[in-house]
Formats: sequence, C-alpha cells, structure tokens
Amino acid sequence: MKNADAEPVWTGLPPGLLRMRRLLLVVWLGLLTIAVGLLLGLLAGPVWAAFALLPLALTVWGWRMLGRNWRSWRYAERADDLLISRGVLWREETVVPYGRMQLVEVTSGPVERHFGLASVQLHTAAAATDACIPGLDPAEAERLRDRLTELGEARSAGL
Amino acid sequence: MTTPTPGTEDAVQEEKPLVERRLHPVTPFRRAWAPVAVIAGWAVHDPNQAQEQLTRLTTTALLVGLAVFVPGAALYGFLSWWFTHFAVTDTELRIRTGLLFRRTAHIRLDRLQAVDVTQPLLARVAGVAKLKLDVIGTDKKDELAYLGESEARALRAELLARAAGFAPETAHEVGEAPVRQLLHVPARVLAVSLVLTGATWGSLAAALVVPPVLWLATHSVWTVLATGVPLLGAAGASSVGRFVGEYDWTVGESPDGLRIDHGLLDRTHETVPPGRVQTVRIVEPLLWRRWGSPRSWGSPMSEAESGGEAESGRGWVRVELDVAGSSNSVLVPVAPREVAESVIARVLPGVAVPASLSRPPRRAGWCVPFWWRGYGLAVTDTVFAARHGLLRRSLSLVPHAKVQSVRLTQGPWQRFRGVADVHVDTGANKTVTARLRDASEAAELLRAQADRSRTGRREARPDRWMA
Repeated sequence: MKNADAEPVWTGLPPGLLRMRRLLLVVWLGLLTIAVGLLLGLLAGPVWAAFALLPLALTVWGWRMLGRNWRSWRYAERADDLLISRGVLWREETVVPYGRMQLVEVTSGPVERHFGLASVQLHTAAAATDACIPGLDPAEAERLRDRLTELGEARSAGL
Repeated sequence: MTTPTPGTEDAVQEEKPLVERRLHPVTPFRRAWAPVAVIAGWAVHDPNQAQEQLTRLTTTALLVGLAVFVPGAALYGFLSWWFTHFAVTDTELRIRTGLLFRRTAHIRLDRLQAVDVTQPLLARVAGVAKLKLDVIGTDKKDELAYLGESEARALRAELLARAAGFAPETAHEVGEAPVRQLLHVPARVLAVSLVLTGATWGSLAAALVVPPVLWLATHSVWTVLATGVPLLGAAGASSVGRFVGEYDWTVGESPDGLRIDHGLLDRTHETVPPGRVQTVRIVEPLLWRRWGSPRSWGSPMSEAESGGEAESGRGWVRVELDVAGSSNSVLVPVAPREVAESVIARVLPGVAVPASLSRPPRRAGWCVPFWWRGYGLAVTDTVFAARHGLLRRSLSLVPHAKVQSVRLTQGPWQRFRGVADVHVDTGANKTVTARLRDASEAAELLRAQADRSRTGRREARPDRWMA
C-alpha cells in the first residue's frame, strides 16, 4: 500500500463556482448599495448617503473572501479513499474510504445549472460525514460519481 | 382488501409456500387504553369545559355513545390485528399490516444489528412479549407486538440462526443458543451507584427547591403545579426509574452474540450479534472513582478473572455501547473497572482498553482553559480511544473496522496555537473526537487512521457470523 502513503494528487475546483458566487455577491450587495445610497441621499441628505459605502466595502471584502475560500477547496482521489480539504480560517479535511460510501449524489440547482455547475455529495452510514464537492463541471461530476460508485462496489464493506 | 399484494406473494409462492402468521390474540387490547387516555387528557387539560360538556350529556346520550364507541373500538382493534401478518423467509422478515393504508416491511436479516424482546408489566401478566429487529431505518411500526412469550423466544432464536447463516432447513431446529453469564449487577451496588450520581441529587434538589421558591414569588397554585410535577417526574425518573429499569442487569455471552437482560417491572432482553457494536464508552462519574472494590462483587467472572490484581483499578464505571439502529445504549450500568474491561474484551474481541492516554500539548490550554486536561487520546492497533471530561470522564473506543470517515478540523484560534481536532465518524451516528492534538500529529493521525480502518475492515468478521 505504498501508493496510498504517497503525496495525494490534489484537484482544485473549476473557476465557474467562483464566478457564480462573485456575481451573486455583486448583484445582491450592489442592489443594497444603490438602495441605501438612494434612500438616504433623498430622505436624509447627501452626507448620510455615505453609509452606502458600507455595503460597497462589504462587496470588496466578500470578493476577496470568496476567492480565498474557493482556492482552499480541493479534493484528491487516492487508491482507497477520497480526500476533501477546504476552508481558510476554519479548515476541515475529510477522508472517506470508498468502501464506506452508501450513496453518491449529483445535485444541481437552477442557478448552478445556469452556470453549468453540479455538486457531488457523498453519504456514508454516519450522518456526520459531511463530504460534498460543490461547483464541479457536470461532466466531471458524473465521472466522479461513476468512479466512486464503481470503487465503492469493489471495496464495499458493511457497517 | 384481503387479497395479498400480488408481486411479492407470487414470487414467493413459486419457491415454497410462505407461512404467514398472526400476532398473539391479546394484541387488540393493547390500544384499548388509547381512547380513554385521550378523553382523560382532554378532561385534565380543560376541566371546566369537560364538566360543562358532561352535564349537558343525558344518560341516554351517554349510553348511545358507549353503544357506538365500544363496539367501534373493538372492531378497529380486531381488524388491525386480523390484517397484520408476519412471515420469516430465508433472507427476510416480512410484516404486512394496515387496514386502509397498507404497509409491507421487508426487513433483511443479514442487516440485522440487534434483536430486542421486551415485556412491559402488563404484557408480563398476560404472558406476551414484543419483538423488535434493529435494522437501520426501522421504527416503532416494525416491531411485532405482541407475540406469545415462548413464541417470541422461538422466533428470536430462528431469526438469529438465519441471520447467522445457518441453512434455512436447519434454522428452525437450531433453537436457543446457550448463554454464559458474564456479569450480574447486584441491586445493592446499583442503588449505591445511583446515590453517588450527581444527576439524582440535582434533580431531587431542583424538585424540592423550585416549587417553594415559585410559590413565594407568584402565589399561584397552577404555576407551582406546572413546574413542580415535571420536576418531580424527572427526579423520579432519574432515581427510582433508573433503578427499576436497570434492576437485575445481566450481561451474557452466547454464540448469537451479547445478551443483555434487565428490568424489575418491564423486562427487556436484548441480543446484539457479534461484530455489531460500533462504539463503546466507559463513563466514570466523579463520585464513583474511589468507590467499591471488586471483592464485594458477586459475579463468577470477577472471581475468576480479577483475582490477582484487585488493587490496580479502583472505582466503578458505567459502560455504554452504540449499535446502529438501536436505541438502547447501556451495556453495564455499574461495575468495577476491571470487570467492565473484561466484558469489553468480550464485546470487542481483541481489544484491550488502553491504560494510558496522551494529553494534548500544554498550549491547548489557550483554546480550552482548564478542561483541556480532560482530553486524551490513545491509538492501538485495534481501537481509536479518545477521552473527554474532567469531572465525569468518558472514554470512547472505536474499533478501526467501524470507522466510516475521518475528519480534521481547525478553527482560527486553534491554528494560531498549532492544534487541531480529529473526528472519527461511526455508523451508529456517533462521532468520537480527539480534541486539541498537535497540528502535525493530527495530520499524521488523519492519514494513519484512514489506513488503519482500511486494513481493520479487511480483517473484520463477516456479517453472517456462523457462515
């Protein structure tokens, strides 16, 4: 089992997820900025409209945070298990052996579909296992699902 | 309505006739108290209106009501009993039930985690018992209530034999496996252990202090009753209730697995087949530590196995276990440490409880002041053992073969101090956490644990333990 000990080959997420999250951030906070600016500017005076800088600053901060978070997500398929690593401040690394996977799900909401994204969710017999890879390319998500299912069957183990 | 569901029935009929059985004829009466309870509950909840309604009722109306209600309830009880069937096939237990909404449960025997035979007090009087198969996803509806006492035992033996992998033809004749008693908890020890439990005194004190204080504060009888009654109930449940429930606690070992029998009024007989235990926890409340010596312990096991080293481990412990799909969690309510450890060695073969645990590094005190001393970790070639708690110590053991996934988490403050938590998830929906390990040690642990649980699984026993 030497190859399992070797340094895993990490795969990052495609940029689609980052693009989607940043767009959503800009749209919602942009609307908030305009709303706050206009309302305060008209009702309370132009000085008060400076409060609109608050959501604007939030947008800039969020933009960077999303980038950092997106870069932190990565996964690796090893010989016998899947590794998922994520988070910048709150780091989390999960190891799920293939034989323990009960169910592999590919999900894609309406917004995700519009951006051509899909997530892979793994379930084991333990509900606490929180193994989800978001924002994958649908083709890659399906490949991963099929591969995980195949490996899971080959190494299947009960409870 | 009486015609069986076509698909499944036909398929089975081709192989061999499926013997469908009904529950014990006393079953219809089990729900007889439900309508009475509903009316009583309503009367208590809203006494004024209940009295108003009652005075409006004339004798004739009452009689007509009874004439409709009693036969109606009887008919419902009878029909629900009549339409409930169960059958044991080679691989499944099938339960077919429901009068209007049909429900067919096929419970796979190779997924069996535990079998419980329970006898509430009234059922003991009537000589009947409930039988429940613990499989992940089964709920209260899937229990067979009620069966005749001897029938329940015979059915349990048959189900276990089939789950164990005996040939279907012989599974019927295998019969009850012989049981060897591992441990019996004397009533006196159980009583003393409850007296030494903080929760007992806490709930008792709350029940005695809170109502008078409320009375002084509000002078309202209803407020005092509404808080006092639940508090008294909780106090009773945590002292007398626990004593009654854990009375005559017997742990036995048989080829079918672990047998746990207990109860003073309601008897419970649980059977956990080999290899089903996901985690074992040794809980050590503060006041139990310096108490009791194994010499006063009357079990045959302790005399045989703890003769030499009676002094080494003092104090009592409580042992809990987790089996997927089962709600029962206590293995031993109270026992001297070495007796408990010898029982654990039987439950998890080849597992020795680690004697010494490594503490987190000293700088972990910056993350969890004071309590960090309670955390501990030991990894042997068979188990992952993590301890937490300072006053009430709790040591969780997970065999490597039972690990579902491993996680490492690290918050910003932990990152700053260079420590991390390692979580091990098991199939019984329990997560065992080794907290505040040195960051590089934790990363190494994550990798190594994944490897260990893979090799551990390969050596694990098969689901069908006799096959």
